Amino acid sequence: METLKALGVDVETNVIIGKTLTIDELFEMGYEAVFIGSGAGLPRFMNIPGEAYKGVYSANEFLTRSNLMKAYREDPDTPIMKGGKVAVVGGGNVAMDAARTALRLGAEKVYIIYRRSMEELPARAEEVEHAKEEGIEFHLLCNPTEILGYNNPDDPRDPKNGFVTGIRAVRMELGEPDESGRRRPVVIEGSEFEMDVDAVIMAIGTSPNPLIKSTTKGLEVTKWGGIIVNEDGLTSREGVYAGGDAVTGAATVISAMGAGKVAAKGIDEYLSSK
Amino acid sequence: MYRIVRKKPLNATVTQMEIEAPLVAKKAKPGQFIILRVDEDGERIPLTVAGTNPEEGTVKIIFQIVGGTTEKLNHKQEGEYLQDFAGPLGVATHTDGIKKVCIVGGGVGCAIAMPVAQEFHRLGAAVTSIIGFRSKDIVILEDEFKACSDRLFVMTDDGSYARQGNVTVPLKEMLEAGETFDMIITIGPLIMMKFVTLAAKPFNIPVTVSMNPIMIDGTGMCGGCRLTLNQDGKRVTKFACVDGPDFNGYEVDFDEAMSRNRMYMDFEKHAYEKACNLLAKGEN
Ligand SMILES: Cc1cc2nc3c(=O)[nH]c(=O)nc-3n(C[C@H](O)[C@H](O)[C@H](O)COP(=O)(O)OP(=O)(O)OC[C@H]3O[C@@H](n4cnc5c(N)ncnc54)[C@H](O)[C@@H]3O)c2cc1C
Ligand SMILES: Cc1cc2nc3c(=O)[nH]c(=O)nc-3n(C[C@H](O)[C@H](O)[C@H](O)COP(=O)(O)OP(=O)(O)OC[C@H]3O[C@@H](n4cnc5c(N)ncnc54)[C@H](O)[C@@H]3O)c2cc1C
Ligand code: FES
Repeated sequence: METLKALGVDVETNVIIGKTLTIDELFEMGYEAVFIGSGAGLPRFMNIPGEAYKGVYSANEFLTRSNLMKAYREDPDTPIMKGGKVAVVGGGNVAMDAARTALRLGAEKVYIIYRRSMEELPARAEEVEHAKEEGIEFHLLCNPTEILGYNNPDDPRDPKNGFVTGIRAVRMELGEPDESGRRRPVVIEGSEFEMDVDAVIMAIGTSPNPLIKSTTKGLEVTKWGGIIVNEDGLTSREGVYAGGDAVTGAATVISAMGAGKVAAKGIDEYLSSK
Repeated sequence: MYRIVRKKPLNATVTQMEIEAPLVAKKAKPGQFIILRVDEDGERIPLTVAGTNPEEGTVKIIFQIVGGTTEKLNHKQEGEYLQDFAGPLGVATHTDGIKKVCIVGGGVGCAIAMPVAQEFHRLGAAVTSIIGFRSKDIVILEDEFKACSDRLFVMTDDGSYARQGNVTVPLKEMLEAGETFDMIITIGPLIMMKFVTLAAKPFNIPVTVSMNPIMIDGTGMCGGCRLTLNQDGKRVTKFACVDGPDFNGYEVDFDEAMSRNRMYMDFEKHAYEKACNLLAKGEN
């Protein structure tokens, strides 16, 4: 950040594009080109019963509370659930991050629940190795069907009411390859089982936030919400460029940096030709 | 950094502040909110925009001191600065086609209801307001409501001021006497909004409730603010920060929302005591 500022970049915080200002207003203010690098931040849930119980987090919420909002500290302002048994659903880098963070926050046991096998698990191999070394248990070929919670029918004021107590899941086997080329997981009949847990972290993917798209006329996006760009990073709107997860869906730092460079070149050529 | 231009206590636990935030002042509509952080290490909390002055570039907030962060906020003085102030967030209250409205506010919820009542008044709708408080010493904004309501009922739970009883009492009386409204808008404690909805149900009057779940980013990125609606027999998850904060009262699962709001109860008690201790030390 300091390097950027030294180069003469002004940083405006607390400006939410689509709410505080729109892309069109940026042009009205005199900007001649805009780059959108808004990421893919919208968390997905599984839409299974029990996801509203207390102790169910999206990985975004869990990691934001812990990291950005410093709940990892000894006596923080921001609360988070610590300790107990934690199930992390998903098999990507985000799932590994969440699992290892939960462990550092003092969880006694952390499980990764992933519906395919180790071979298809998308997280980087080192991440998986580290997670295993730290004692994280992998429950592969498992898929949650319901999150269980505590309900005391005799006492609606019981403070334990509404907190997660466990997870119900089914075992899977791998069938034919699907459109992604990975073998599709299929449920094994009658394989249902339960695990005791105190918290569940959903790390099953994210999609781009519709905020910018819905407030920018003429900005074209794909079916799943990714901004459409050409090989110069240009969107369907003149002077508006985009790159990173907002275009590709959740990807990597390296590809986002690459997209930034491509768009910077595109913007430079566009402005010089004006 | 965002300067506190004016600060005024409304009662012992409710404070009004006007904050310099020109971009928000230009954009905010009744029913929208902001998220602020008092300082670098602070928790992020949502507060409703209680009014704006676009010429001066200020945004009014009214908050009740209920815990650590609001306590810290209340210790800031005129001329001091807040770390972050982002918004406007959420969907503005729908006013289209509503000619006759009943606004029902409870406690600090009245601060959230006030700009909505003022907006309907400005648009020329007939406004009936019912505002309720626990007791006389915490009655707020009575004059403001008087100015924008065609009819105003003030209620206290203990009868120490105005009429005794909760806000559903005059509402039921009106409805039973045959009054109708295009919309009832209720803002306050969840339990109150639940009972207002139940009171309106036999009369088939639409009810809008303003939900206040625990929020973090306020832009749809974390899902912490999620709540469940019962829509045509289906349970649908919504994010209060982007889909709300206003929802159809008949669809909201209030019991679940109440349970989720109590998630960090023990932590919050501790944080409040911590803030009080720290701030008390600072004063000595
Ligand atoms: C937990 C986790 C672990 C990961 N681990 C790895 C890893 O090990 N290696 C790797 O290569 N990648 C990893 N990734 C992926 C990597 O972080 C992303 O691919 C990369 O950050 C994408 O960069 P970006 O610039 O496109 O978006 P982001 O880094 O997501 O930045 C988007 C920014 O835009 C802001 N924003 C969004 N909407 C608006 C708006 N309307 N107005 C204003 N601002 C807005 C957001 O607040 C955010 O600051 C991980 C991701 C996560 C979540
Ligand atoms: C959209 C919206 C608008 C609101 N507008 C107003 C307003 O205009 N005036 C006002 O006084 N209050 C308003 N609130 C409630 C206000 O945000 C909480 O009172 C405040 O966050 C409490 O913080 P605390 O640390 O002081 O108290 P805590 O001790 O942390 O909490 C006390 C109570 O506040 C709730 N709360 C805690 N943290 C949050 C959070 N991050 N987001 C939401 N609720 C939380 C808790 O459920 C608890 O019941 C609003 C809430 C929402 C969601
Ligand atoms: S506050 Fe994070 S999604 Fe609503």
